[in-house]
Amino acid sequence: MMDELRELYQEVILDHGKNPRNFRDVEDATGHAHGKNPLCGDQLVVYLKVGQGNVIQDVSFVGKGCAISVASASMMTELVMGKTVEQAHALFERFHQMCTGEGEAIDDADVDPDDLEKLTVLSGVRAFPVRVKCATLAWHTLNAAIEGKEESSSE
Amino acid sequence: MSNPAQAASIEAALPYDVEAYRKDFPILSETVHGRPLVYLDNGASAQKPRQVIDAITHVYEHEYANVHRGVHYMSERATDAYEGARRKVQGFLNAKHEREIIFTRNATEALNMVVRTHGQKFLQPGDEILISIMEHHSNIVPWQMLAAEKGLKLKAVPITEDGELNMATFREMLTPETKMVAITHISNALGTINDAAEITRLAHDAGAAVLLDGSQAAVHMPVDVQALDCDFYVFTGHKLYGPSGVGVLYGKEARLEAMPPFLGGGDMIETVTLEGSTWAALPNKFEAGTPMIAQAIGLGAAVDYVTNIGMDRISAHEEDLRRYATQRLSSIPGLKIYGTAPRKAAVISFTVEGVHSHDIATIIDRAGVACRAGHHCAQPLMEMLGVPATTRASFGLYNTRADADALVEALESAREFFGL
Repeated sequence: MMDELRELYQEVILDHGKNPRNFRDVEDATGHAHGKNPLCGDQLVVYLKVGQGNVIQDVSFVGKGCAISVASASMMTELVMGKTVEQAHALFERFHQMCTGEGEAIDDADVDPDDLEKLTVLSGVRAFPVRVKCATLAWHTLNAAIEGKEESSSE
Repeated sequence: MSNPAQAASIEAALPYDVEAYRKDFPILSETVHGRPLVYLDNGASAQKPRQVIDAITHVYEHEYANVHRGVHYMSERATDAYEGARRKVQGFLNAKHEREIIFTRNATEALNMVVRTHGQKFLQPGDEILISIMEHHSNIVPWQMLAAEKGLKLKAVPITEDGELNMATFREMLTPETKMVAITHISNALGTINDAAEITRLAHDAGAAVLLDGSQAAVHMPVDVQALDCDFYVFTGHKLYGPSGVGVLYGKEARLEAMPPFLGGGDMIETVTLEGSTWAALPNKFEAGTPMIAQAIGLGAAVDYVTNIGMDRISAHEEDLRRYATQRLSSIPGLKIYGTAPRKAAVISFTVEGVHSHDIATIIDRAGVACRAGHHCAQPLMEMLGVPATTRASFGLYNTRADADALVEALESAREFFGL
């Protein structure tokens, strides 16, 4: 029982869940979006500032959620900070594959292997299908913020 | 033993043999992640006894055909069984007539049926509908839709800190404009047992019709619609140890007679010409098309099952579990119970400080304990309580004190897991 749970709730996740990074808003944000998981009522807002060259100069989030969704959001802000929008998209693609186990893992020049490595701590959700949405909510919301949509849902 | 009262008192004195009842439910022998299943999600849906499973199999093996149509033997058998189930539900709710029992797909459909027939015809612009803050979405959204279409006002009665309906405010909110009061008998999220008879009396005095959502109450306590005097009462089969796909609308005969049909089609008509049609008598007027035949018969078997045990005895057993579980849960540091009304069913919603309810549900699931986590389809209530989600343990007739112990143990390990 405990092994799979330890795999899901690794120390890194518990740490990010308790002390989320970039847990604030961005005053001069160029975009933001609300993310909701209607199944559990979790909600968060992702703020984003995109500057020259499509570079994400600042990204943050606020909201309430389970340890998995908060940790995922926290790690996401750390990883996409300073990246281009395209790089963030590419990283989400690979991360989504990792969480669901679906699709071909293609080598993508836009994805830094070290970033992907960091995200593998969240791959434990694969053994908990109902929790995949918790891990991907922040990323879906980031996408919505980039695309200028105000609402995102993990449903 | 010929005296029914004497027989009832002898039955009431019998010990509640929960281990024997547990053996009736095949799924309770399943293991989950290598642990025995501890099923505490009865508020969402209950498990099925062998008697219900067998009744459904029996229909398909021995007495299946369409109902109300054929003159052949099998159709008569199926019709008898289907109408027999209606009589069982009539007895279960103590309705005056069996034609006051309408089979629906679930409680949600039963609620929508009242909204779309009674509500559509009898509510006029400016009329007010009173619901409560503790309603399930199914008793909010259909009224909202009708209110938007017809210019009605929808108001929600607040609750007290204990999670009881605020009766003083309810009295004040009843006005000559109030034409409909639609309130839950037992809250699915808080477990509060509302004083349904008093609510009905006050509403009737104000000239409003009354609908009670009995989705939880029909499962946890004896219900007598004549004693309650409500105009409508709804519940669903799958929470009452019956199959999914069947629910019940009870309506007073005069109300049902005055209402237009819900769906048009076969079975609900008397005569059809291309110029127009006339409606069948109750209850067929509200049962268009081939109904849920086997499910209704399965529900009849479920009604027999709980009636044989005795709803009052089930209620007493669950009350013991509620007291025991509440006491044990209260010993967990940081655990807060939502809903502390003196009259409460064995539905316990709680949060644990420092652990989100989703994480709790995942961790205790690995110990074989099934609980609901989330907003319980009662978002306005959750917003009022200021919590995005709670964990809900809801007990049924087959649960034991050991199940409550397993829950407490699993919660302790969840806290440990999060370093609390």
